[in-house]
Amino acid sequence: MDAALIPKGVKRCPMWQFLLALGVVGAVLAWGVYAMLLCWIKGLNQTNMNDYYGFALWIWADLAVIAVGGGAFFTGFLRYVIGKNELKNIINYAVLIGFICYSSALLILAIDVGQPLRNWFIFWHANIHSMLTEVAFCLSCYFGVLCIEYIPLILENRQIDKVPFFHNLSHNLHETMALFAATGAFLSFFHQGSLGGVAGVMFGRPFAFREHILVWPYTFFLFTWSAAAYGPCFTLLVTWITEKITRKKLVKDNVIELLAKISGWMILSYIIVKGIDTSYWANITAKSMGLSLHDFYGRNWFYGYWMLFTELVICGVVPAVILITSHGRKTAWLRVTAITLGVVGVCLNRWVMVLQIMATPVMTFDKFVLYYPSWQEVATTILPVAYGIILILISYRYLPIFPQEAELNPIDTNEPVSRETAIDADAGTDSTDTAADMAPA
Amino acid sequence: MLPFSFEWVWDMGHIVFHGGLWYALNIIGLGMTWCIGKAIYDTIKGKGAHDHH
Repeated sequence: MDAALIPKGVKRCPMWQFLLALGVVGAVLAWGVYAMLLCWIKGLNQTNMNDYYGFALWIWADLAVIAVGGGAFFTGFLRYVIGKNELKNIINYAVLIGFICYSSALLILAIDVGQPLRNWFIFWHANIHSMLTEVAFCLSCYFGVLCIEYIPLILENRQIDKVPFFHNLSHNLHETMALFAATGAFLSFFHQGSLGGVAGVMFGRPFAFREHILVWPYTFFLFTWSAAAYGPCFTLLVTWITEKITRKKLVKDNVIELLAKISGWMILSYIIVKGIDTSYWANITAKSMGLSLHDFYGRNWFYGYWMLFTELVICGVVPAVILITSHGRKTAWLRVTAITLGVVGVCLNRWVMVLQIMATPVMTFDKFVLYYPSWQEVATTILPVAYGIILILISYRYLPIFPQEAELNPIDTNEPVSRETAIDADAGTDSTDTAADMAPA
Repeated sequence: MLPFSFEWVWDMGHIVFHGGLWYALNIIGLGMTWCIGKAIYDTIKGKGAHDHH
């Protein structure tokens, strides 16, 4: 039915399977949209946020998707600015994942502010002393960059590419992509950092507060670093999941291993600096405020020492050691374990930097206060996941996301050509071309 | 006050903060203008009509 839209030289599942998958995920999406409408129509009383938790599940989800979406800017930086040409085979998917992550972050923010019609206030009445204003500026601009990076992919659809203007536009965008990638890296550096800076400048909350370099607390640099380190892990993890679902090899091992190796070294360097930061904060910064590590980790079972250990060692040192060793990253199960731990690690870090900050008492008469999200908060947090899966389903089916797919999965010439196999459908009909004609050169 | 920033004040904070924003917006805007303009020019010249991927 849609064979004329499918990229050349690749096979896709039958239409009914595709529609069934869209329907199942669409139902989850509809549930999230319903919860979102409840929040907009009835207000933030639909959430379990309170005076303790002005930041809650949504802000964690925001920070987490922005961190794991960091794979887009860092892979783009490596590909276009540093010149790691092998990464051209995974950059499309990194961009798509980044696009999903950042659009999700903006969607969650639109729900969180409660009155999305006033989004423009942040630009019109900008508070130049606010880290969050910088985040809003950079986030909006970077989302624009991601759109620009995603547009050429759309324009490369077989039918769209036949229109000369779109073909030329796609070509020109590719030619100037280094400029946009460099701008994206600049914007990402600041908004990732400012998200960390939000926590680090809170001198009234000793769990979050950090010393500064000029106006930037250490958390500013740690957030940018961790996004660049762990973002590629998420790209690799989603690629692996996609390969398992499609039962195809989509990216060659040398590309995967290169990105895994870079990610491993970035994680190792980050964990060393993070360890130094934690040690300095625990022994000097917090102590100067009359507090010890026990005050933060020893008074509540949920926010215990186990969380610190998990974040730094299990989800930090372990994946770093696996990914920097040749044997570790070449062994599939070890590599997948490492990138999964990495993704969990950065999400856990963002949880600690949002929720544990809120949970930790700041007054002598205060207690640890735990927070449980309402179903509306959970549904609206799952909403972007469903949206992301739908966008991946559509993009994978109709756009040339994986340049090596046709080479890695040559079409069997003895197999009858299915209607969903990509064929040269210039005439707009299912032609009788043989499979050999469709195989990549 | 400027038309695109209601509460504009001529101080270092505003200049640096908004300067960064406009710097990025300019690069994105000029980059896209160049790409679209060149695509229109190329299309008029007949490029891209037959050299599909």
